[in-house]
Amino acid sequence: MGGDDIIEVRDLEHAFGDFAAVRGISFTVRRGEIFSFLGPNGAGKSTTINILTTLLPLQKGAVRVAGYDVARESGEVRKAIGIVFQDDVLDRDLTVQETMEFHGRLYSIPREERRRQIDDLLRVVELEFKRDERTKNLSGGMKRRLQIARGLMTRPEVLFLDEPTQGLDPQTRMRIWDYIRQVNGAGTTIFLTTHYMEEADMLSDRIGIIDHGRIVVTGTPAELKNALGEDVVYLETDDDRRARDALSGIEEIRSVTDSTRGLSVTISADGSHCLPIIVDAVRSAGIGISSVNLKKPTMDDVFVHYTGRELRDTGA
Amino acid sequence: MAWEFLTVYWREMIRFVRFRTQLFSSLLQPALWMAFFGVAMSSNFDRFTSSIPAPAGVVPLDYLTFMAAGVIAMTTLFTSLFGGMSLLFDKNWGLMREMLASPMPRTHIMLGVSLSGMTKSFIQVSIIMAFGLLLGVQFFPGYSAARTVLSILGIFAFVAAFSLGFLLFSSAISMRLESPEGLQGIMTLLTLPLFFVSNALYPIQAFPPLLQALSIYNPLTHLVNGIRYFALGNDFFAVGARYTSSTVDVLGSFAYLAIFAAVMYLLARRTFEKAVVT
Repeated sequence: MGGDDIIEVRDLEHAFGDFAAVRGISFTVRRGEIFSFLGPNGAGKSTTINILTTLLPLQKGAVRVAGYDVARESGEVRKAIGIVFQDDVLDRDLTVQETMEFHGRLYSIPREERRRQIDDLLRVVELEFKRDERTKNLSGGMKRRLQIARGLMTRPEVLFLDEPTQGLDPQTRMRIWDYIRQVNGAGTTIFLTTHYMEEADMLSDRIGIIDHGRIVVTGTPAELKNALGEDVVYLETDDDRRARDALSGIEEIRSVTDSTRGLSVTISADGSHCLPIIVDAVRSAGIGISSVNLKKPTMDDVFVHYTGRELRDTGA
Repeated sequence: MAWEFLTVYWREMIRFVRFRTQLFSSLLQPALWMAFFGVAMSSNFDRFTSSIPAPAGVVPLDYLTFMAAGVIAMTTLFTSLFGGMSLLFDKNWGLMREMLASPMPRTHIMLGVSLSGMTKSFIQVSIIMAFGLLLGVQFFPGYSAARTVLSILGIFAFVAAFSLGFLLFSSAISMRLESPEGLQGIMTLLTLPLFFVSNALYPIQAFPPLLQALSIYNPLTHLVNGIRYFALGNDFFAVGARYTSSTVDVLGSFAYLAIFAAVMYLLARRTFEKAVVT
């Protein structure tokens, strides 16, 4: 294994009966990074994470996590990883303290260390005053924070987070992101799945876009967006036809089309530098401009570009 | 190192004392059997059977005392058959994944759950015996203190072997099912033949040959044999029949239950090692 790759997946396939959920994916996650799997529900994210965490048996392909083969050394893999599940996986009738205690005992963490870890982690996720509260009385955000704390208790090399902020309000989501960054900063590799563009964009060092059981592209958020290479300028002018002619000489312009918001000008270079040139060209032809709007590609655009559809159309 | 099953046991016991309704109903139910069914039936049975004289030198026992052993056995059976239920809740709430993804050997899940079920049975059995003595059950007739203690230990040993067998069975079934309703259905179906084709409430001597043969293979019959041997002695007379048993008979019954438990352990282990829960 190439020293710095903490997760290595080669030609992974997985089927449930006749349904092929994962159809031959390969990727690596580098030690210390935050890697996101972005895709709609049903894309194969959870199946992949379940195989990586040894909950599903390996059917086809090769998977190594933290240097261990998931099929032959599942015990070692389990010791090396932490998991925060998609739904709230908490015993409603145990207290916060007991939930942590139970988890620590499952991993045979010695008592002294267990107590210290529980104290430290509950402080990190700001639940130290909820210690004796039963988990059913916690808010959604607290539950998620408790599960993150629990996932970290065993000092895992890789922390798997399956849809960590699903169903949480924006403020809570941002706080969870802070915790994730903090954990990553302390040296834990993060593998997360999400169907929120923003989450993948804000949080990840690298993103793999997965759709219909295949990885369609992998790269840093910037790479993925730059690959589209298309900043778009929306122009509303007094006379669109003449404005079109005025723009015809500018080299960086790839195309000009009519849109509901006036002219839509696609440029191949950085839009912020082209914008003044475009405005000058139109003005000097004596045409008035009533509005200008520069749009940079978002992860949404990236997703549409690579999968041919919008994430929200897929029932996510 | 390999003591993680105690963790599962610890959590099961927290749940047991925390679910107040479950706790109280599980403790109250056997007492109600004794108080209503026991007292009502014994007043009838004792009238029917009083015409049959006990052979000379054999201790005659009233029906309540006879059936108290059956109620202990029945309660153990019910508690054990439904002991796997908490695994179904774990599966449905996703909690099973936390355990399956941990380094803990999977057999420890079923061991923890089964040992906690056994503990619950011990608690119930103690309550029935104490309550029974209040109602006038003549357990341990004329026993010395030492013999009483030994007899109680003997009863617990039988209850332990029997309950572990059925708890492991229930755990294995639960692991293969999707819903608590499914378990309820299967176990209710099993309860009737197990309970009635046994010597828990009446002697099997008067059964038709087929039922009699079946009852010999019923683990419940062997549990009841063990409890009666320890609680009532090796030669007594009840419900118009004389019961004698030798040490060999009792050891045979215990061996039968131990083998039953061992087979169930193997079955459950297979199920747990292959289990996939996501």
